[in-house]
Amino acid sequence: MSQAAAIRITPTEPVEYSLTDTLGKLGMWMFLAGDAMGFGALIVGYGALRFFSPNWPVPASVLGIGLTALMTFILICSSVTMVKALSAIARGDQGRMRLFLLLTIVGGLVFLGLQAYEWTHLMTDKGMGITGNPYGSAHFGATFFVLTGFHGMHVTGGVIYLICLLVRGWLGKYSAAHVYPVEIAGLYWHFVDLVWILIFTFVYLI
Amino acid sequence: MEHARTEPNYMAVFYWLAALTAIEVGVTFLPLTKLAIGAMLVVLAFTKAALVALYFMHLKFERRTLALVAITPVLLCIFLMFMLVPERFIAPQRAAEVPQQSTTSR
Repeated sequence: MSQAAAIRITPTEPVEYSLTDTLGKLGMWMFLAGDAMGFGALIVGYGALRFFSPNWPVPASVLGIGLTALMTFILICSSVTMVKALSAIARGDQGRMRLFLLLTIVGGLVFLGLQAYEWTHLMTDKGMGITGNPYGSAHFGATFFVLTGFHGMHVTGGVIYLICLLVRGWLGKYSAAHVYPVEIAGLYWHFVDLVWILIFTFVYLI
Repeated sequence: MEHARTEPNYMAVFYWLAALTAIEVGVTFLPLTKLAIGAMLVVLAFTKAALVALYFMHLKFERRTLALVAITPVLLCIFLMFMLVPERFIAPQRAAEVPQQSTTSR
């Protein structure tokens, strides 16, 4: 290759990303993969502590399965509204995008409210704490609050993220030609839903 | 620049997710061994997770290599699970030292 051909300031043809059509989407997937490792480490650690513990209580007898099943359903619904928001903006429908984004935010807030209620009930009525509980191993309370708290923080961050997205949507930043910020936020929100599906199964049901 | 998005039937995925959630809760009431219930719950949970990943996160319609990025944490966590097995042999002593009630310092 000659010297002149070796130096190129800007590409002369469109650059094709190999993995995803935008770097932002790839970046979000990479972040989610790392975040999944964080949650994975917590869940596997919880599993190891529980499996080797001689006095772990049956979660269904302490934790409210009905309420948590409702929370799971609400989060799934918010994932649906999120994907419908993306579908709307891909068609250029600004109004429906804003509506579905708002519904997604509401779903997230309801989830957080129910989580806060559940935590309060468990701490005050059932005496569960991060350092001990009356039902068995102290790790039961510790792993529960750390796992659900870590996830709750992710939902909180996601709600703030979506509110910023909604504000920018109102300012008309998104269109059928520029959907990627909505798509990328959607990836994060679905990840949060996915992690909750796993937490619900491994912490509450099993 | 917008590439043509193939849109799956989102509502169908939603109904499946809702149904699988209900089945998951129902399975816990079945008169089976804990191992059987646990195995079924794991399968149900991962099916739901796969549905969310493939259809809501659009992974089914992306390049295959992206799925490798997504599946890597799952594989690493399975590896992590097996890495903790040796703990079984020293865990019984540690488990006996776990405080039953409130804080004690070790």
